[in-house]
Amino acid sequence: MIDRLKFIPARLVQSLPVALGVTLIVFLMAHLLPGNAALALLGERATDASVAALTEQLGLNRPIWEQYFIFLTRLLQGDLGQSLTYQLPVTDLVFQAIPVTMSVLGYALVLALLISIPLAALAAFRPGGARDLGVRTYTLLGQGMPQFWVGIMLILLLGVNLRIFPVGGYGTTMVDHLYFLFLPSLTLAIAMCPTIIRSLRSSMIDVLGSDYVGTAKSKGAYGVALLRDHVLRNAAIPTVSVIGVNLGYLVGGSLVIEQVFALPGLGSLMINAIFARDFPTIQGVTLFVALFVVVVGILTDVVYTMLDPRVDFASKDQT
Amino acid sequence: MTDPLLSVRSLSIGVKRGSTDPTLIVEDVSFDIAKGERFGIVGESGSGKSLTLRAIGDLLPRGVEVLAGSIRYNGTELIGMPRSSRSKLMGPEIAMIFQEPMTALNPVVRVGEQIAEGPRRYLGMTRAESMTRAIEMMAKTGIPDPVRRARAYPHELSGGLRQRIMIAMALSCDPRLLLCDEPTTALDVTVQHQVLRLLEDLCDDSGAALAFVTHDLAVVNQTCTDLAVMYSGHIVESGTVREVLSDPRHPYTQGLLDSAPDFDRPDRPLIPIPGFPPNVASRPSGCPFAPRCPFVVEACRTAMPPMVTVAPGHGAACIEADRISRELVAR
Amino acid sequence: MMSPAEVLNARLQQRRALRSRSIKPWYRNGALVAGIVIVGSLVLIAVLAPLLAPYDPIAQELRNTLASPSAEHWLGTDKFGRDILSRLIWGAQVDLRVGFLAVLIPFVFGSVLGAIAGYFGGWLDTILMRIVDVFFAFPFYVMVIVLVFIFGSGEASIYLAIAAVSWVSYAKIVRGEVLVAKKQDYVTAARLGGMSHGRILVKHIGPNVLSQAIIYGMSDIVMDIMAIVTLGYLGLGIAPPTAEWGSMINDGQEFITTQWQQATIPGLMVVVASLGLSFLGDGLSDLMSPERRK
Repeated sequence: MIDRLKFIPARLVQSLPVALGVTLIVFLMAHLLPGNAALALLGERATDASVAALTEQLGLNRPIWEQYFIFLTRLLQGDLGQSLTYQLPVTDLVFQAIPVTMSVLGYALVLALLISIPLAALAAFRPGGARDLGVRTYTLLGQGMPQFWVGIMLILLLGVNLRIFPVGGYGTTMVDHLYFLFLPSLTLAIAMCPTIIRSLRSSMIDVLGSDYVGTAKSKGAYGVALLRDHVLRNAAIPTVSVIGVNLGYLVGGSLVIEQVFALPGLGSLMINAIFARDFPTIQGVTLFVALFVVVVGILTDVVYTMLDPRVDFASKDQT
Repeated sequence: MTDPLLSVRSLSIGVKRGSTDPTLIVEDVSFDIAKGERFGIVGESGSGKSLTLRAIGDLLPRGVEVLAGSIRYNGTELIGMPRSSRSKLMGPEIAMIFQEPMTALNPVVRVGEQIAEGPRRYLGMTRAESMTRAIEMMAKTGIPDPVRRARAYPHELSGGLRQRIMIAMALSCDPRLLLCDEPTTALDVTVQHQVLRLLEDLCDDSGAALAFVTHDLAVVNQTCTDLAVMYSGHIVESGTVREVLSDPRHPYTQGLLDSAPDFDRPDRPLIPIPGFPPNVASRPSGCPFAPRCPFVVEACRTAMPPMVTVAPGHGAACIEADRISRELVAR
Repeated sequence: MMSPAEVLNARLQQRRALRSRSIKPWYRNGALVAGIVIVGSLVLIAVLAPLLAPYDPIAQELRNTLASPSAEHWLGTDKFGRDILSRLIWGAQVDLRVGFLAVLIPFVFGSVLGAIAGYFGGWLDTILMRIVDVFFAFPFYVMVIVLVFIFGSGEASIYLAIAAVSWVSYAKIVRGEVLVAKKQDYVTAARLGGMSHGRILVKHIGPNVLSQAIIYGMSDIVMDIMAIVTLGYLGLGIAPPTAEWGSMINDGQEFITTQWQQATIPGLMVVVASLGLSFLGDGLSDLMSPERRK
């Protein structure tokens, strides 16, 4: 197994061009601002002095290649600049916000799997049947619901009417977090489910029609045992790729959901920065999120390799 | 005469089509398998032999179901049995071996684990015990270096080895009835022979009965004691292997023999059966073989000929069974 | 050697294929009809807004704020006393318009780039795929929000922001289709006949590969409607007081305990629009795929 994981360093190297491209685009974002970047950043009411100071700080009067180089060097040292609103290093702000966002993402993934696997199985065991139709209707509807609206509806149902869950905030202890994060994570999970269910259902139908499931049945496996021991391990494989591909979109969604539930994560950091025109923070969060997506891509490959012993990225990469 | 291990009566399998009549693929099939007997079911593709086997193992594909008849195992009726009870039989009592070992083995589970699954679930063995048994079975089926091989995945093994794994898996719970669906068809000829001998030896040792589906008469000749010949969903002839192959009484059986190479008489010309088997959905009334039969008479087309006993334990579903025997003798 | 099940299957397929030689007429295609009806109704509502809406959507009635649904105001009024039903109807104009228009630029730009890269291959293709990879690393919403910030407020910047992010999907799809199409015999025949690359692309390959892009475009419209509604909710979309479903939901969230319909109903409109567009997309995909593909 460790053998097969040897492809990771090569894959990391392969991802460098993309990572570099990401930094380039984030860097260029500042220069897309019409007019003098510093002036645009500070707004029309800024004094000449502060514009000059910002120009100096951002190095905006040097040639563009030099600026990019400076940007990259600073980046590699972990310096993303200073937040204009908090006067704190952007890196610190980002790292403070990461645990919240990551918790929501992780929690949402767990919840999504808990919901999707049984539903997909219900649909796959009898395609075209009533349960299948029900599940497919849900996925159709689910894809049409704006994520933040789902969040608000959940607040309405579970937070206001039934008063089971809090309508916002983060809490202090670990148990608190699980409690406070349940609704936002559920919201994100509901957004993930249609895609996961579609893929899982389809691959489960394929697997259920396969010869080796026939073999398993001939050994007496059926129902939940069949699903757990034989179907899931195989059906999960293509779904892992689908989840990996969609994770980027979902990270974006989680940022919006943080606004709905007033969570102090990357989303709120970003949105507040936008309203405060705090460009370094905007840049920092964008950069982090994009690089995160690239890393997730590599992780997806790792999980895929672990699940499917037939796949061998290590030897493929040698070509 | 002790009770047969497996008793199939008037089994019909097909596809329901809403309000119209169902399409029958297997029609009115009956046979018995005694304890320890080796029973072959011969026919070309489309004859319904695989479906018959799968019906016994409750492994019919989606949409295809048993429409009529009964399957009794040790006196207990299998059709209509709830899933939970039926699956308790599969493994410890009835096991199945499939044709294509590459697709019939779970690609993401190590082979040793796959063999160990049955004993662990049904014989109440622990993980360690069942793995030991798995290795034992692998050794019994002639797999070299079984301890190391048990940790392999199916795609890392050759076709012959995979088929041995399948056999080890099927026999791991010591079943009384082994259903084999063309287990050697996908293998090289040399490997075929080894695998067949293996099956025979193992069944002799354990006393398990064999229901062996194949299209290859030579294999049936070598491995089985009794056989049934199927054509277009019906059994057209049945009896002991020696009887049926030396004295075929159905034109189809005779045609099969004529068209198969015979090592004892290499110069004998191969005579193929003209025409094609009928389309499942549009079978003519009467004997399905009538359009291709050299002995056909008008009566053949009106109704399906009943099974006629032509000798003790030997039956043929042909009106002209006697005439065929006379013609052969004349040759 | 096929198993009997496979033989049966193959025969049933044959029969089915023979039957479908007569292509199903478009009005028998359930999804397509449902889609046309739903989307058509919404478009009608949007277009006829001036006639249908009982009140001016931005007119405030400060003595009648947060009213419950009544005969005068079927859905009540918001915190500025504006009639919610009228805002809902006028909001359809904004959201649908933006959703539909926002796909045009990425569709054209992405498809053209993808077709060129796929057809000519080589370093052109490699560079394009690298660029596509980089763009895919940025989450859709993050990029759109940042770009809207950069380009400034206003409808135009929303189009620009969405276009800058979504063109990559079209490029990837069309490139894939062109890669397959250019290996087909009819292309080789055309080249041998002396046809220029340009004409081949436009006359032969184009129509075939575009069907996939169009089908994707339908789901992209849904995504763009989601985007504008989300931007509206975050306060980054069309500036107030213009009626727009997303900002209506934001306005309504404050009063979720008393006037829950203010936040709920605009969301339901989005669901209906998405549903209609999904059906339309499914129906179109049915219509276009097997018969049209050469």
